[in-house]
Amino acid sequence: MTVIATESLSKRFPRVTALDRLSVDVGPGVTGLVGANGAGKSTLIKILLGLSPATEGRAEVLGLDVATKGGDIRERVGYMPEHDCLPPDVSATEFVVHMARMSGLPPAAARERTADTLRHVGLYEERYRPIGGYSTGMKQRVKLAQALVHDPQLVFLDEPTNGLDPVGRDEMLGLIRRIHTDFGISVLVTSHLLGELERTCDHVVVIDGGKLLRSSSTTDFTQSTAILAIEVTDTDEHPDGTRAVRDVLQARGIDTHDGSELPGAGHILLLTAEGEETYDLVRDVVADLGLGLVRMEQRRHHISEVFKDSDDQALRNSDAQAPKGGDEQRKEAVGHGG
Amino acid sequence: MAVEQPSAQATAQIPARPGEQSRIHNIGYRNYDGPRLGRAYARRSLYSQSLRGAYGLGRSVKSKVLPMLLFVVMCVPALIMVAVAVATKAKDLPVDYTRYAVIMQAVIGLYVASQGPQAVSRDLRFKTVPLYFSRPIETVDYVRAKYAALASAMFVLTAAPLLVLYVGALLAKLDFADQTKGFAQGLVSVALLSLLFAGIGLVVSAVTPRRGFGIAAVIAVLTISYGAVSTVQAIAYDQNSTDTIPWLGLFSPITLIDGVQTAFLGATSAFPGGEGPSSGQGVVYLIVVLGLIAGCYGLLMRRYRKVGL
Repeated sequence: MTVIATESLSKRFPRVTALDRLSVDVGPGVTGLVGANGAGKSTLIKILLGLSPATEGRAEVLGLDVATKGGDIRERVGYMPEHDCLPPDVSATEFVVHMARMSGLPPAAARERTADTLRHVGLYEERYRPIGGYSTGMKQRVKLAQALVHDPQLVFLDEPTNGLDPVGRDEMLGLIRRIHTDFGISVLVTSHLLGELERTCDHVVVIDGGKLLRSSSTTDFTQSTAILAIEVTDTDEHPDGTRAVRDVLQARGIDTHDGSELPGAGHILLLTAEGEETYDLVRDVVADLGLGLVRMEQRRHHISEVFKDSDDQALRNSDAQAPKGGDEQRKEAVGHGG
Repeated sequence: MAVEQPSAQATAQIPARPGEQSRIHNIGYRNYDGPRLGRAYARRSLYSQSLRGAYGLGRSVKSKVLPMLLFVVMCVPALIMVAVAVATKAKDLPVDYTRYAVIMQAVIGLYVASQGPQAVSRDLRFKTVPLYFSRPIETVDYVRAKYAALASAMFVLTAAPLLVLYVGALLAKLDFADQTKGFAQGLVSVALLSLLFAGIGLVVSAVTPRRGFGIAAVIAVLTISYGAVSTVQAIAYDQNSTDTIPWLGLFSPITLIDGVQTAFLGATSAFPGGEGPSSGQGVVYLIVVLGLIAGCYGLLMRRYRKVGL
């Protein structure tokens, strides 16, 4: 079953080509749509909602043609925009009830579903207060609630983690995961952060300059290789234990890098594990040198790294995101260290 | 039979009610399989929400103050007139039904200037419009709902004092047929006025997402046009060129309404010297009024065609 299918979909504006013969099939589940700003993500969503006609090609959402069945699609699909869209002078409850009715829910059902949905996104007592006084995280939850209130079969979430702090971002990503696992709603979520989507999505579609760069499942991206992180102690004999291990491994023909973007660079050694034997080798090398092995852990390969290796165009994108990607890894490192 | 375990967090949210403690509630996500009433229902919902909003209902206390105050101000003179008519056992009401709105035009102008921007600028400013268009409704539904809502709100504002006058006139035992005819003519007149003023108010306020600018612009359009027309008419009257007075009235909304009701609804004109339009000129007035209403609708459609996501 496909939820979204496009066939050489193009959108040209007088001066720019926003989408260029994009053909992609998206199945149920959580799908990430990745691309730099201006890659064509929002244009694609607009076309899929039936709000903007494609220049050529065709697209179907839930088996409905976007060119002719826009209204039917919008009744079954939820949309959370990237920008602010909330009036500050009404409460979350009033606003979401109104939006539910705009989706065709009868008044009583609209109220009931609003209470349910706001609870599911994590808004409790504050939902009776005017939205103007909410934090960014709470506003994002209201935006998500209005996209879910009519129990759609599919939701488009445009940059849902924008402007959130790390904790808020984690909560939002967890929520997005639950939209599929608990609510049974398929999700198309856009982001320009690959690392974020890696943790949330079943499938990732990468577009750049309106062209499809890659579409494959997240496990394909991340399981091809395993990165091993090693940290060793220093001894009198080897004042710089890390360097000693690296030199020996290098001699055995294993490339290492020092994870320079991580804090405490130089203490952690990253290498690619080809198989079981690599683990044994590391253990033996460390033991032979008489060092203590502080940690040896598998670190999941980040999608961004896959793209760095595999595609020049993606390199350009992920370069722009490098600081954020580093953030992500740092957080993980801190988590493991603790 | 496995029972779904509510999560610990969820249980904390729902205090167990006495007598229901033995029942295990599944308060996980529930799918909605009830009716979805579609586009026409969504349009009606937007209409009723906007109409209520035009009187501050469903909004903060602060936003109720002005529309309610204007509503009261609109009705008080009618109440006083009725009281006087009943007390003095007058043979007729001091003011014609058709004349009332012309006298109270400042209040009507203030109302449309405050509520027009409220109806459309808020959605533009807080970018709520894309949310509407991500739902079954389309541009035409949005424009019609908003236009109809503001026109209805203005009709309520302008027809309520007429109703007060009518009820008062009947209480004062004035001639029933006479009063009913006058009341009906007054209603037709204020219906036209509501459509015209709502259209102008919405077109002007949909230009800017800033509410303040919208208010100022609507007041400016209404007062400047009326000021200019009445001044030039007064000059024309002084110079005894009474033929031009009716034609000048075509250039401001309230004089347009005045002209139409003078020609067709048995009103006496408020123009200088009572020089209202003849029935021939009245047709021109009516065409201009209807043209303006249609033009406002067309401009709104054009304005919102571009406001996508």
